[in-house]
Amino acid sequence: MPTFVYMTRCDGCGHCVDICPSDIMHIDETYRRAYNIEPNMCWECYSCVKACPQHAIDVRGYADFAPLGHSVRVDRDEQKGTIAWRIKFRDGTEKNFLSPITTKPWGTAIPKLAEVPAPSNEQRDSQLLYNEPKWIRMDDGALRTLKDAGLKLKKGVYY
Amino acid sequence: MGTKTIVEEGIDVLVVGAGLGGTGAAWEARFWGQKKKIVIAEKANIDRSGAVAQGLYAINCYMGTRWGENNPEDHVQYARIDLMGLVREDLLFDMARHVDSTVHQFEEWGLPIMKDPKTGRYLREGRWQIMIHGESYKPIVAEAAKKSADKVFNRICVTHLLMDESKPNRVAGAVGFNVRTGNYHVFKSKAVICGAGGASNIFKPRSTGEGAGRTWYAPWSSASAYGLMINAGAKMTQMENRIVLARFKDGYGPVGAYFLHLKTYTQNALGEEYESKWFPALQKMVGKEYLDPEVSHLTHRPIPTCLRNHCIIQEVAAGRGPIHMVTMHAFQDPHLEEVGWENFLGMTVGQAVLWAATDVDPKNENPELTTSEPYVMGSHATCSGAWCSGPEDVSPPEYFWGYNRMTTIEGLFGAGDAVGGTPHAFSSGSFTEGRLAAKAACKYIDDGKAEGIVVSAAQIERRRKEIYKPLEHYRIYRNAVVAGSVNPHYINPQQGLDRLQKLMDEYCGGYTVGYMTNEKLLNICLKKLKIMEEDLESVAAKDLHELLRAWELKHRHRAAECVTQHTLFRKETRWPGYYYRGDVMKVDDENWHVLTVSRRDPETGEYTMEKAPCYHLVADTEVTEPKAEARVEHH
Ligand SMILES: Cc1cc2nc3c(=O)[nH]c(=O)nc-3n(C[C@H](O)[C@H](O)[C@H](O)COP(=O)(O)OP(=O)(O)OC[C@H]3O[C@@H](n4cnc5c(N)ncnc54)[C@H](O)[C@@H]3O)c2cc1C
Ligand code: SF4
Ligand code: SF4
Repeated sequence: MPTFVYMTRCDGCGHCVDICPSDIMHIDETYRRAYNIEPNMCWECYSCVKACPQHAIDVRGYADFAPLGHSVRVDRDEQKGTIAWRIKFRDGTEKNFLSPITTKPWGTAIPKLAEVPAPSNEQRDSQLLYNEPKWIRMDDGALRTLKDAGLKLKKGVYY
Repeated sequence: MGTKTIVEEGIDVLVVGAGLGGTGAAWEARFWGQKKKIVIAEKANIDRSGAVAQGLYAINCYMGTRWGENNPEDHVQYARIDLMGLVREDLLFDMARHVDSTVHQFEEWGLPIMKDPKTGRYLREGRWQIMIHGESYKPIVAEAAKKSADKVFNRICVTHLLMDESKPNRVAGAVGFNVRTGNYHVFKSKAVICGAGGASNIFKPRSTGEGAGRTWYAPWSSASAYGLMINAGAKMTQMENRIVLARFKDGYGPVGAYFLHLKTYTQNALGEEYESKWFPALQKMVGKEYLDPEVSHLTHRPIPTCLRNHCIIQEVAAGRGPIHMVTMHAFQDPHLEEVGWENFLGMTVGQAVLWAATDVDPKNENPELTTSEPYVMGSHATCSGAWCSGPEDVSPPEYFWGYNRMTTIEGLFGAGDAVGGTPHAFSSGSFTEGRLAAKAACKYIDDGKAEGIVVSAAQIERRRKEIYKPLEHYRIYRNAVVAGSVNPHYINPQQGLDRLQKLMDEYCGGYTVGYMTNEKLLNICLKKLKIMEEDLESVAAKDLHELLRAWELKHRHRAAECVTQHTLFRKETRWPGYYYRGDVMKVDDENWHVLTVSRRDPETGEYTMEKAPCYHLVADTEVTEPKAEARVEHH
């Protein structure tokens, strides 16, 4: 049913409800636990699976082409900056993978643009964006224009 | 109805939909509008919303100008040949000359970009793609947007744009409802940047039942960017240019990294190379300008994505399917095997789930490929979207009306899938377009163009009634029957979606008809869509979740109608492999080397179609040679 929730692990915290881009993780009113209300609108994006603090959400491949007996589990660790995957095939084969998810501690590396010096009028009138041209080449290279490139626009010409 | 009305006034820049385009817009707007009020209205939660919700394993648009790899004009040439000659080269050039600064910023923000240990440069998988560990791509750009915006409204489904009543054809904000509380939200804004994404699920998906959600583009890509802009009367372009993708069967796992980095290749059921067999006949259909395998071989000029699809479609129709991706050689190398799997875990987990479930290990078995149902979007190897102004230093008069990325509605800007004519922007290009739109929107406001906007209480009230009508309709009629979902007075959103997909599939060239259509079929399609529009007045929503689905359906329906109008107008098969006009199979450069532009009159619902000139960048010498380290393109 693409995602499903293990009854004994879920505590109804609602993190999955908050994150699902498809609005399909809902809290069941009787059990006070989460479930997927619309499996045919689930992308298996794993956003809810990664967000669940209880590891209560799992995925079973789509019934119309995926046989039972497999699993793909994930553990995303923001502190360590890693994501770990465990793939279990139907025949029992296992594969494990570990990747980085960031190179900087969360929330530290992105500046607040309200605090940087305001752009000059010259910048406003130019074609440049924030931190350009410096950031295009990370040196003093200027922004590319048609003239630099010896180009012009010509109507309906073939090549 | 017990819903509150919440009015957010005095907004300068409203960002509708914060995917890659919207987050770029919100981020950059703060720099050019340091004192401006910047607000985001997003249907989901920006931390994981949009097409990049589960991550990406590559950034598909990076020039590498600092290493002398490519210049912007090289990218324009590449995108133009891939789209069979028809793109907005001004917009493409503009995106390409800024995109590297976006990518360098991403690296600074902590996005892990892979490096080539020998050269120290970003590790490329093809001429334009660089490889990343991109699971957290969306949370990272969301953080940038949150740092810039005054307020982020998550879970607001925007249903309509507000129009100014003091000046015709000027935007004045947007309205929508909160999917959790049901509250009615009114955003009065001087400028609006629409980044509400492309369209999946307009055509019948290849999967059925539970599996219907396993589409290539996210099922929540509900064509809202198009629905909102078309309904407001914005001109659209290239809407006939829907995309069909060759992907791993059932899981829709992307093939780019496999072809480009892992050096895999395809073969038919007999183990033969099949693609080149179809080239002679195809060349007769499209002309030598667009398919010349010898030149491609010599100059590394790519073979257009749609033409590669055509070969798969023909080979399967000839009875020599399935097409297999030969992975068994590459996967013997443990490093490449790891790349192959992580590629999916970082962006299409469903493919890994499927292989685990079916015991397909690409090390021991070559997996099947297939062609997808069509999608409508503006940032992949396709370019549907709004007709937008280009930058002043590049664009010719027909493409320029003052503010970069502004649509034909004053104050309404586009980014990402919303913008027409800019294929191969992908994630980094969409973010860059958001940045460009934001700078222009701030200038538009500073120039005093948004002064004196008037939004009457009547307009706000009219939209409120319209938005909640499906809930009301359900309440009134549900007791006419004992129980169940079969009711003579209404259809529910899923039933409506089934109908839309069936008719678009059968009449507008979906996969069950081999992507084939013609004038007669398209006219029937329009007639059925019109009747469906009447029925959409009777769509019923039993709760707020269904109300969300009802509005997604209405946006999809409007986009589908526009696609059909465009397909009818362009009397040629410009992109064989994406769709075929059976009655006009040949590419007809004499009459159709043009961009198509439509406008739907918001009052009457009538479409006006026109041809717009296609401008090309003309170099004194051709610059098709790839630069250092660049390789042949292959999707
Ligand atoms: C499986 C897959 C693989 C891809 N691979 C790559 C790759 O390797 N490299 C690459 O560079 N690109 C890749 N792309 C393409 C890339 O994801 C898109 O080009 C890009 O995300 C488009 O950006 P966008 O802002 O236009 O749309 P999106 O990022 O989809 O954002 C649209 C936003 O609008 C919101 N929204 C929609 N409707 C409404 C509404 N009514 N009201 C309010 N908000 C709304 C959505 O929730 C979403 O947040 C891939 C895409 C997919 C699906
Ligand atoms: S996040 Fe996990 S624990 Fe919390 S409601 Fe969802 S399934 Fe239950
Ligand atoms: S996998 Fe994605 S779409 Fe499916 S329920 Fe979880 S968050 Fe929603």
